This record gives sequence, structure tokens and C-alpha cells, in this order.
Amino acid sequence: MAQARWHMLTIIGADRPGIVAAVTQALFEGGCNLGETSMIRLGGNFTIMMMVAHAGDASALAALAGPSAERLGLHLHVVPIEGQLHAALEPDVRVTVFGADRPGIVAQVTSALAAAGLNIVNLESHVGGSPEQPIYIMQLEGRAGEGGLEPLERALAEIKARGGVDVRLASIDALYG
Amino acid sequence: MLEILRYPDPRLKEISEPALRFDDELRAFAAALEEARRAGPATVGIAAPQVGRLIRVAIVDVSGRKPGKPSGKPETCHGRMVLVNPEIVEWDGLAIGREGCLSVPDFTGNVIRAEQIVLEARDEHGASSRRELSGFEARAVQHEVDHLDGILFLDRLVSRRADLFQRKTYQGAAK
Repeated sequence: MAQARWHMLTIIGADRPGIVAAVTQALFEGGCNLGETSMIRLGGNFTIMMMVAHAGDASALAALAGPSAERLGLHLHVVPIEGQLHAALEPDVRVTVFGADRPGIVAQVTSALAAAGLNIVNLESHVGGSPEQPIYIMQLEGRAGEGGLEPLERALAEIKARGGVDVRLASIDALYG
Repeated sequence: MLEILRYPDPRLKEISEPALRFDDELRAFAAALEEARRAGPATVGIAAPQVGRLIRVAIVDVSGRKPGKPSGKPETCHGRMVLVNPEIVEWDGLAIGREGCLSVPDFTGNVIRAEQIVLEARDEHGASSRRELSGFEARAVQHEVDHLDGILFLDRLVSRRADLFQRKTYQGAAK
């Protein structure tokens, strides 16, 4: 049997109960092994990304997962990747941003944070409020650059001073015991 | 050097027995346990079951910690504490925090812990103490006492995706 190789399998489409079960069962029966995965609903859509180890190439994996995804009306995408496990990048800072929804919040905040040395480890954002008065809420975790948290705090203070969004930075002081 | 057990070693899920004799053997074990703690990267605590001894002994020392940003809340630091037969007798407040473990490499997760505790324990000479602990130190003690009861931080994981348990929000909501 050929050596299993890592692929990133992405599936999106209208959400309904049972998608994860149907797709992962098909993968299991096809001899795959899952690595790290992330599933979230975005605007009512089902989205998932899964590291999948499979002996075949990307098209063989797509053929394996395809029927179960198609039955559920989902789009599927597979690319070969370098799978790096057991080398987690632990975030040391959490940033929360929220304000009245408008275009450009994510670009403005993440550009300033990137310039201040932040490497984003995970990010998600939501549109809440009412249809008439939508609010945008973004939470991210990242790893500060060599300058530490101070440059990030300065960058966020500047953004806050310009108005329109509230920002909060908290350090993630992980405890190892 | 004592070997650190890693999950899923079943000994990590056992309930440890109280230490009965405060003798040289116990003191030698506490010293060896401290040596094992210091070998870990930025490890603020260690408990006997993590090295395969199912007795109620743990060490906590948060004095070497470098916080990224002051929390603005009370943070005690009692230095190195050898805790024999520790008992948490009071709890107050709840806070979410990120934890990892020598026995669970390459993963950290969010756990809810009491912000303040009152801890009764003996030391390796048998002397009893009662301490009030706050913040990171209180969290570390809860993590280690859990080990003595066969509980890992994995047993207490909450969502990593959102800081749902901001103390500030809670106080606001209570008004």
C-alpha cells in the first residue's frame, strides 16, 4: 500500500444536520485518516476544512469523498499539503474588535496588527445586531512579534482613536503544569 | 531524572492516596519532583501522578512567570510551594484561561477555574499552612490538585474559539 499523504479537503454548501457524519464515514471507509479539522457555519453555510491522510492523489481523494458530498449538494475541493502535526504555534494574545458594520474593518485592523508584528493563528468574525443596524464582531488569537504586546497595543489604540470600533487586547498567559 | 507520564497513561486518571509519613523518603521525592518540574519548559507546577507516584504531593511555583500583560486583578505569588495532602477549602470567582500540561504535549485549551481559593496543605516536613491564592497561582494549584484526583485539563475543556466567560461581562450582566 502506498504511503498516506496529507491533503486539505474543503467542503462548503447549504447547512443541514448530518454532513460531518456522512462525509467522515465515507472517508473512514475509504481508508483515510483525519488530522486537524475546523468546521463552522458562515452565514448559514456549512464550511469545513479537514486534513486528510490518504494513499492516493488529490483526484482519488475527491472521487472518494465526492459522492457523499454531492448527495448533500455540497462543493468539494482537495489540494495536497505539507501536514505539520505536533508543532502547534501557541497564541499569546487575543484581540476582540467590534463596531457598527462597515466595509474595511478586518483589513484595517489586521493590517495594523501585521505591521506591529502579529502572526494570526486563528480568526473569526460574525455579523450580529439587526438587519437595520448590523454590528461586526471579530475575535482573533495570534502570536506577537519580537517587540511583544506593546506595538500591538499602540496599533489598536490608534485604530480606536480614529473611532468607529471598540478594541480589546488580552494576553493569553498559558499555564503549563 | 523522573520520567513524565503522558496521556493516555492510565495512571494519570487514578485518584492518589494521602501521604502518611513526612520522612526523608518523602523529602527526597519532593526534591526529585521539583527537578522534573524545572526540566519542563516554563512549567509552573507538577504533581506526583505525573511521574507515576500515586500520592497527594504537588509543587507549584509561579515566581518565574513573565505575564504578557498585567491582568489588573489580584495576583498572589508565594514562591515555591511543596503541597502535601492539599485541600482547596474555599473558591470564589470564575475566569477562563489557557492551559497546557507536561503530560499532554503540543496542545493547549481553555479551562474555567476559580479566581481565588483558600488552600490548606502540609509541606514536606509536615507543617500545615492555610493560604489565600489569587489569579495565575490559584489556577496553577487547581490544575495540580486536579492531577491528584485523576483529572486532566482535557476533562475541563471549554471552547477555544471564543472568550465566552469574560468576568467583566458577567459583573455587568449581574447589575
